[in-house]
Amino acid sequence: MPLMKPKTEVGIVGYGSYIPRYRLPAREVARIWNDGEGSVPIKEKAVGGPDEDTMTIGLESARNALARAQINPQNIGAVWVGSESHPYAVKPTSTIIAEAIGATPSTQGADWQFACKAGTETIQAGIGFVAGGMAPYVLGIGADTAQGRPGDALEFTAASGGAAYIIGAAEESLAIFEASYSYVTDTPDFWRRPTTHYPSHGQRFTGEPAYFQHVMSASEIIMEELGYTAKDFAHVILHQPNRKFPERAGAALGFEKAQWVTGLLSPIIGNTYAGASILGLTAVLDIAKPGDKILCVSFGSGAGSDAFVLNATDKITEKQHLAPTTQDYINRRVEIDYATYVRYRNKLKMH
Amino acid sequence: MATEIARHWRLNSQRYRLVGEVCPKCGVKMFPPRDVCTDCLDDSRQPDFEFSGHGEVYSFTTVHNAPEGYQESAPYTVALIKLEEGPLLTAQLTDVENSEVEIGMPVEMVTRKLRTQGEEGVIIYGYKFRPRLPVAH
Ligand SMILES: [Zn+2]
Repeated sequence: MPLMKPKTEVGIVGYGSYIPRYRLPAREVARIWNDGEGSVPIKEKAVGGPDEDTMTIGLESARNALARAQINPQNIGAVWVGSESHPYAVKPTSTIIAEAIGATPSTQGADWQFACKAGTETIQAGIGFVAGGMAPYVLGIGADTAQGRPGDALEFTAASGGAAYIIGAAEESLAIFEASYSYVTDTPDFWRRPTTHYPSHGQRFTGEPAYFQHVMSASEIIMEELGYTAKDFAHVILHQPNRKFPERAGAALGFEKAQWVTGLLSPIIGNTYAGASILGLTAVLDIAKPGDKILCVSFGSGAGSDAFVLNATDKITEKQHLAPTTQDYINRRVEIDYATYVRYRNKLKMH
Repeated sequence: MATEIARHWRLNSQRYRLVGEVCPKCGVKMFPPRDVCTDCLDDSRQPDFEFSGHGEVYSFTTVHNAPEGYQESAPYTVALIKLEEGPLLTAQLTDVENSEVEIGMPVEMVTRKLRTQGEEGVIIYGYKFRPRLPVAH
C-alpha cells in the first residue's frame, strides 16, 4: 500500500489556531430539546459570535501561523481553505484571507470541501506543492462554523473553530512530515444538498462503516507501512466528532489516554469539523518536545481519512509562544444560553 | 481599469491590515492614508505603513438603535481607539460586554464581519477591536 512520501522533505514552518469565546453547554441543548434528560456527548461547544464566520476564523488562525513562521507573506504560493461552511456558495474564502494577510496577488487561491477532512486535504496537497518546488510556502487552513438542525443530535456538538498551517522546507520546520496516507470510499453517512441550510445523516450509520472503518484503516496502514506501533508515538490526534469515538478508536489502535489527552479537545469545544483534527494538532504542537513523534488522522463524511506522521524538530520550542496557544483561546470562555445561541448563529429559519 | 483595481486594493489593505502611511519628512504615522502630512503638511509621496493593531480605548459610546445592515450585533460599542503608533481611529468593539468597556482598556485589531447586504448581497469584512487576548507564558 503506497504511502505519500515526497522526494524532498517538507514540514510545518508555522501553525495557528482560533476558537471563538462563546460556549454552549450540552446540558443547555438537552434542557431545550430533551427536558434535560439523557446523557450528553460532550461538556460544551465553542460558538462564534454574530460577526464571526469561517473567513474570520480562518484568518485569525492564519495570522497566528504567520506570527510563528516569521516569513514574508508574499512568498506564500498558495492559500487553501477547507470548510463545509464557506460564507459564500460562490466566491472563494481563500482570496479574502490571502488579501488580508498580504499574500496577494501572485498566489494560488482555492476553497476545498470534503466534510470534516477538507482541512487536512489542503495540508496533504501543500506537501506536494512545496516538495515539488512549485512554491516556497503553502498556507493550508481548516475552519468551520458547523450547524446542526435545531433539535438534531448534531446540535450538541456542531461547533466553530479552525487551524492554519504554513508548509515549507524541512530545514525551517518545527515538525517534519515523515509520510501521509489517504483512505476514501463512497459512503453516504452524512450530506447536505446545495439549497438546504442543515445537513442530513444516516443516524447509526455514522459510526461503524463510516468513522471507525476509515479512521482505523488509515491509522493502521500508515503505522504498519512505516513499521511503527502505538508505543512509538508521543501523541495521537484522531478526528473528534464527540468524546467517545476518538477514545474508542484510539484504545482499539493500542494507544493510551496519556497519548490522546492533549489533542482531544471535543469534550470542551465540540466538533469543529474541518478544524477538528488539526485544532487538536495545534494543542499538541503547543507543548510538544523536539523528537516527539505524532500521529494525526482526520475523518470526513462521504467518506475518507487523511493520516499524517510528524516528527517535532529542535525549532519547535522557539516557535510555541510566538502566538496565542490553543489553550489561551480555550481559557477565554463565556457561557451562553440557548436563546443567545439561536441569535448568534442566525438559527431563526428552518430552510 | 488598473487604477480602479488599485484603489479597491488600497481600501482593502486599510480595512483588512490597517495599512496607513508614514511621513518621510517628520516620521508621523497616519491612518487612514492622506495626501498631506497631518503634522508638517509635507505633500511628497508617503510610504505605506502597517500598524501593529495594538492600542487602547480613548472614548466610547454604546449604540442601541443600529443603522440598517448593523442590526445583527446591536447593541454594540463604538470606540475611538488610540493606536500605539499615535493615530486615533473609530471602530466597533467586539468580544466584550458593553458594560465592561473602560477608557484606557488595551485592545487589539481583529477582522470581522462589519455588515451584510441582506441574504443575497456581499459580506463586508473589516477591522474591529477586542480586549487584548490574555496570553499565558
Ligand atoms: Zn510630516
